Amino acid sequence: MTTPTQTTSEACETCPVHNAAALKKLGVDMTNFDFVVALSGNPNTGKSTVFNALTGLRQHTGNWPGKTVTRAEGGFEYGDRKYKLVDLPGTYSLLATSLDEEVARDFILFGQPDVTIVVVDATRLERNLNLVLQVSEITNRVVVALNLMDEAKRHGLQIDERRLARDLGVPVVPMSARQGEGVSELLQAVSEVARGEVIGKPYRIKYISADLKKAVDQLTSQIGAAFPELPNARWVALRLLDGDERIAEALRKGELGDLTHGNIEARSAQLQVIGNQ
Amino acid sequence: MTTYPLTNPEEIIENAQSLRWEIGVDFHEKLMESIYTDAAQIADRAVTRPQGKPRFDLDRTIDKLVTSRIWGFPLMLLLLTIVFWLTISGANVPSSMLATLLLDTVHPFLKSLSASIGIPWWIDGLLLDGMYLATAWVISVMLPPMAIFFPLFTLLEDFGYLPRVAFNLDNMFRKAGAHGKQALSMTMGFGCNAAGVVATRIIDSPRERMIAILTNNFALCNGRWPTQILIASLFIGGLVPAHLAGLVSAMAVVGIAVLGVLLTFVVSWALSRTVLKGEVSTFSLELPPYRPPRIWQTIYTSVIDRTLIVLWRAIVFALPAGAVIWLASNINIAGVSIAGHLISFLNPVGLLIGLNGVILVAYIVAIPANEIVIPTILMLTVLVTGASDVGAGAGVMFELESEAQTLALFQAGGWTLLTAVNLMLFSLIHNPCSTTIYTIYKETGSKKWTWIAALTPVAMGFAITFLVAQVWRLVEVLL
Repeated sequence: MTTPTQTTSEACETCPVHNAAALKKLGVDMTNFDFVVALSGNPNTGKSTVFNALTGLRQHTGNWPGKTVTRAEGGFEYGDRKYKLVDLPGTYSLLATSLDEEVARDFILFGQPDVTIVVVDATRLERNLNLVLQVSEITNRVVVALNLMDEAKRHGLQIDERRLARDLGVPVVPMSARQGEGVSELLQAVSEVARGEVIGKPYRIKYISADLKKAVDQLTSQIGAAFPELPNARWVALRLLDGDERIAEALRKGELGDLTHGNIEARSAQLQVIGNQ
Repeated sequence: MTTYPLTNPEEIIENAQSLRWEIGVDFHEKLMESIYTDAAQIADRAVTRPQGKPRFDLDRTIDKLVTSRIWGFPLMLLLLTIVFWLTISGANVPSSMLATLLLDTVHPFLKSLSASIGIPWWIDGLLLDGMYLATAWVISVMLPPMAIFFPLFTLLEDFGYLPRVAFNLDNMFRKAGAHGKQALSMTMGFGCNAAGVVATRIIDSPRERMIAILTNNFALCNGRWPTQILIASLFIGGLVPAHLAGLVSAMAVVGIAVLGVLLTFVVSWALSRTVLKGEVSTFSLELPPYRPPRIWQTIYTSVIDRTLIVLWRAIVFALPAGAVIWLASNINIAGVSIAGHLISFLNPVGLLIGLNGVILVAYIVAIPANEIVIPTILMLTVLVTGASDVGAGAGVMFELESEAQTLALFQAGGWTLLTAVNLMLFSLIHNPCSTTIYTIYKETGSKKWTWIAALTPVAMGFAITFLVAQVWRLVEVLL
């Protein structure tokens, strides 16, 4: 595959966004990647469209929630680094129970991707931010792709993406993936976070009452002491306080890093139980 | 992997348990509430909404119409009918052009070529009359309707219509004791049942997911659309004046599709009252905004991704099937071909349910792929009727030059309107193709449920066609 050649002025050459021309869509070739990037977001925000724009693959896209139920993986190369991109099923939150939502949750929680892109519907920002906040609890390597800006404009919405980035504490890239707008900026933001050039200071969920905060803090420091390598102790604490048995089980068996595997099998075992009744 | 001291986690979990007692049971709600509050605040600061009264909202106006109690269903049927009418009337011309090219031109050329270099008759027959013709037939019958149907369907999907269909059907699914999201996996099934079975993963509860898996087969898949379309145009469209034929055949196909949806409800209801009892879960279904479809891109991707992939699958199955049919028709036992034996063995059962032995044999041959049902039926009918003037020999799949000739052949094979109606019914209600059966096994991990999923529809198909045949014959006698 050849890099597309473009005639550009000197000013363009120095602009980091110019590097987008250096995007190499690698399709299913994911050998020797340097970074893993997860693609998450609410259902029907255009994750698969972004995935296709970056990898050159043709994941089927459709205008309805729940289209992607399995993980799709593809590769791309940008700025001399190779990336593996994982398209996750759409989720409204990370507290949910169905198989498609669990696939997404476990990958972000325990797959520890180098960057997690949260694709956000600009026309439904409030509801979409619920997921951004939850992902930000888990990792500070987040890039928000503020997608469907064309639709937001159609509805007369104005979005101050700088304000949003400042409040969320992570890079925010406005884009219209269907039109291919903002893809270069997204790539640039992803590469900066992946290389550690930009380090997010994500917003942390505030707690309503003081006793809640006390309980969370106490548990978080205990988990942090027992598992110093775990980057998301606070989230694990929240899950334990919520009575999440699977997280407790994983903690017990010391397999927090292993949860990305064997999960689907566990769920089909659940179906089997019915099957044998 | 690092191994952690096991005593510590246990203490942490115990501590978490006691903390849970202290903070009370509403932790989950409090946490959600604080996430929502924070999200609302942040969004509010970033978004400026347009001032004044909201303008005319096109999305909401369309939604009021397409999801209204009165107009929702009629509009759905109307849209479906238009899609099939366009498919049926648009596919005729390219279909016969392809047939002329592949069967009337290329096939004789290949035959004379093989004769001139002296290839033995049985190799020539197996390759050209069996495998080549089977494949050519599948291409000319399937490619044009699919190249029209898929882009139209994908445009509707891209526009955002599918979730509205789900919204309309949700209430009925819940009344049937199933999950509302089953409407979405069923819609996927209209494309391909194997894909529909995988799509049931969006359903949380294992009980409701099992119902969705077991009933997905009642959504007509694209392997079966061509059968429906051909038989409807030949027999049903033939009942009315020519200018109405396209519309009436389209309505017949829609009728079969709607019957499939009704059966989905009935079987879901029966399952949820008997072997799969349980609570109905609630969920919120999001109606996405209407998006102007990207027409050229949609046409390109649906032709490349869907049409060609499905066509390729059909070809892969047609090649060996063509060989099998040719061999079965040309290997004789006690003076009669294997196919002949099978047909006369199954004929009594076939006639009892208003079909015939040929159709049943074709359905056995077509277990790997429903796409090859019609070519198989045509070839075997020639074998049985001995209509040597239209066919090119035993076990040869051929293209008839006009619909009238196809019809004449079917009638020579003893076909009546009842045969056509029951074939359309049986095509809707029979076992899933082997790919779907395998997918069901992989998704459920249960042999028992896989058997149930495979055999229930066949049993129902036999029962329903039997019933229709008896009532039909009774009415005929009375009239």
